[in-house]
Amino acid sequence: MNLSPAPVCLSLKGISKDYAVRVLNHVDFELRAGEIHALLGANGAGKSTLCNIIAGLTPATAGEMFCDDTVYSPVDKQQAEARGIQIVQQELNLIPTLSIAENLFLTQLPIRFGVIARKQLREQARDVLLRFGIDDLDVDRETGLLGIGQQQMIEIATSLNRKCKVLILDEPTAALSAKESDQLFEWLAELRQQGAGIIYVSHRLDEIKRIANRTTILRDGCHIGTFAVDHLSTDEMVTLMTGEERETKPKPAIKEKQIAANNQSESQSKREEIALQVESLHCGPLVKDVSFSVRAGECFGIAGLVGSGRTELLRAIFGADHAENGELFLHKNRGPFRFKHPHHAVRHGIAMVTEDRKKSGLLLSQSIRVNSSLCNLKAYTHVAGVINQTEERTDTTRMREELDLRCNDIEQSIETLSGGNQQKVVVAKWLLAGADVYLFDEPTRGIDVAAREKIHRIFTTLTAQGKGIVIVSSDLDELFETCDRIGVMSAGKLVAIFSREAWSTDLIMQAAFSGYIDPSEESVYES
Amino acid sequence: MSRNDSTNRIKSQERSHSLRVVSSLLQYAGMVGVLLGLVFIFSLMSKNYLSITTLTSIANSIPDLTVIAVGMTFVLIIGGIDLSVGSMLAVSSALLGVLMADHGWSLVLAIPCCLFACGICGFLNGVISVKAGIPSFIVTLGMLEIARGVAYLITGSQTKYIGSSVEWIGTPIQGMFLSPSFLISIIVVITGQFVLSRTLFGRYCIAIGTNAEAVRMSGIKSAPYSITVFAISGVMCGLAGIMQTSRLSTADPNAAVGLELAAIAACVIGGTSLMGGRGSVINTFFGVLIIAVLQSGLAQIGASDPTKRVITGSVIIIAVLLDAMRQRWGKGN
Repeated sequence: MNLSPAPVCLSLKGISKDYAVRVLNHVDFELRAGEIHALLGANGAGKSTLCNIIAGLTPATAGEMFCDDTVYSPVDKQQAEARGIQIVQQELNLIPTLSIAENLFLTQLPIRFGVIARKQLREQARDVLLRFGIDDLDVDRETGLLGIGQQQMIEIATSLNRKCKVLILDEPTAALSAKESDQLFEWLAELRQQGAGIIYVSHRLDEIKRIANRTTILRDGCHIGTFAVDHLSTDEMVTLMTGEERETKPKPAIKEKQIAANNQSESQSKREEIALQVESLHCGPLVKDVSFSVRAGECFGIAGLVGSGRTELLRAIFGADHAENGELFLHKNRGPFRFKHPHHAVRHGIAMVTEDRKKSGLLLSQSIRVNSSLCNLKAYTHVAGVINQTEERTDTTRMREELDLRCNDIEQSIETLSGGNQQKVVVAKWLLAGADVYLFDEPTRGIDVAAREKIHRIFTTLTAQGKGIVIVSSDLDELFETCDRIGVMSAGKLVAIFSREAWSTDLIMQAAFSGYIDPSEESVYES
Repeated sequence: MSRNDSTNRIKSQERSHSLRVVSSLLQYAGMVGVLLGLVFIFSLMSKNYLSITTLTSIANSIPDLTVIAVGMTFVLIIGGIDLSVGSMLAVSSALLGVLMADHGWSLVLAIPCCLFACGICGFLNGVISVKAGIPSFIVTLGMLEIARGVAYLITGSQTKYIGSSVEWIGTPIQGMFLSPSFLISIIVVITGQFVLSRTLFGRYCIAIGTNAEAVRMSGIKSAPYSITVFAISGVMCGLAGIMQTSRLSTADPNAAVGLELAAIAACVIGGTSLMGGRGSVINTFFGVLIIAVLQSGLAQIGASDPTKRVITGSVIIIAVLLDAMRQRWGKGN
């Protein structure tokens, strides 16, 4: 790289962006042809804004951009795409009621005699899926029916299928399984060889170490520096992003865990009690005969590939989906239950932090106060259905302090918060409501390091109080850090449970793939 | 920990409390401004406009639309719509006419019957749309036809003259210029606003309209609340039917055709979102006033009916445009 730097394909000079406050401050950025350039920064550092400016989704307040040495100032996404600049955002832009094929060719549908040439469309779509190695998907399937990881892959494939000189990926692997991520990295390597520049935004530093050539680090809207990834350790990256020296290992969450473990002699008797016991639960095609139990004060992790039934398992326990069969037992042998509506689960002391906080966790346009008190509203209602707003505010303020919620006021609407702070509000909602069993589905997806640690600390607090916790996460490090035991889902079955002494990445990944190693599905998941 | 700390906190709480009061009053300022502006324009154009007579006649002509719009506000907030309000009003009016004029019932006995009958219609709207998952637009469109038909059936398509036993409700109280109807509608508005902003019921309504899935995943059953909202809308129509009958002294099965559009317009002018989750009963009331002032003012300056329609329609669109722009501004885009 140093010998003959590739030509610069995109350069930004002194880019600034003001909303109510300045979110980007004179940022310079250079993307070379044929490199993967990671954009790093804590939440709110301005990564997404920078990407949006490059992709023509929002104009810069000041500064200029050059694409192949000519001035580049896109007014909208179409103009950016005409110059070969594609963005894949964190939020999916697929139309859920259209088929995979229609989504793939939405802007260039084959037309014959004024109508869509379905056969040709299908063939083209099949070619694309084949080229990207995801031809196990049916091109006529409605995209809305696919898992979120598969949708993400389709979305990326759509962009790659167009003219693509610069590709911007914002947290592309957040919804992907390890297998799908590997597939994605292969595509990126290929694209790189064709001379495209790739801007890669991710919180997963291990990924960046693995695939990126250079990295630009942003902090509070300022350009901190651009480095060759090989010359930077992950610790150094974190230091540059947060701007502070962080504690060296062992990680704080683990330390607290050990302290909590020492204090547990008194709650030893509590520990023996069952918080949640699941007996041969069946629910749809993705939860088949699952049994496990979580003790009071225990943190039980669930690992597995995306689409292996982890979310579905939690939803079945919580009553969000109707389980066809199986039983639940709760603390003090209460049961058997099979909940038909989350309402019943909550009444029996189960809480669930859902995977998609915007879709099913939050009332986005409402205030922090309204959101955090939602589950506990009856406790503030004493006379004639009137809410005691003083109590409501006091509790919300307490949560704001306990969770270190970054906001100006508890009356601020949720939309104005960063992802990490939004997630804290979801957690606050359930902490205020109180429960014996907490189910967390991808609790720290796409949120910054500080918020992630805060949430991990809450796990420790909850287990110390004798609550049972179930965590579903695609991030194995997270499970290793926080859990006492880890169960592995594969193709709808709970195939293995590892204790802290026995687990390893290898064993868990082997277990995660074990359900898919089947002659008929070998093409899907190579054995 | 220290006393200083806690006094500081109390102070800042007090400050934020007074800030909240100010900001909650400010949200009405726009509506009041538009209203005063309209009154001002009409009083310039017509000398006689700004008089006690005009104002009281406006006040006494709006109670029925007001109470219906209050019910509609709740329906819109939960993300529904109720197209059957005009027809339900006619059912109430028809029932009142038949019970009092034909069967000689007293007003005290007839009123609960009217409210109950309309409550049942609204309840059916709610149950069918919520339990079967059919959009309320379609269910209430059906109810619009059914209820109108029922109103014709029970009156035999005749208007029923009732007379003084019901007139007093819509007649101004001596020395007060205002009718009992108007006073009741004001009580309904204040109660509605209180229920919406201060009670569990109101909070759940807003939550359901904002994100029904999040409400479900928070362990809250939304169906009973949604159904209640439709039933309330029905009861409000029952009340409005009585108010209108009293104003005209006559029960008329043809009454209030197209009133649903006026009610929705009032809500929308008041900033209620048709997507659900956002709305204010007080602002809906201002919406009703704006429509009423516009109607009476245009009549007074001698505008023809077609002109009135064009202008009223334009005002609705402009109001919503302004509101949309304000929303976008607020988000900083």
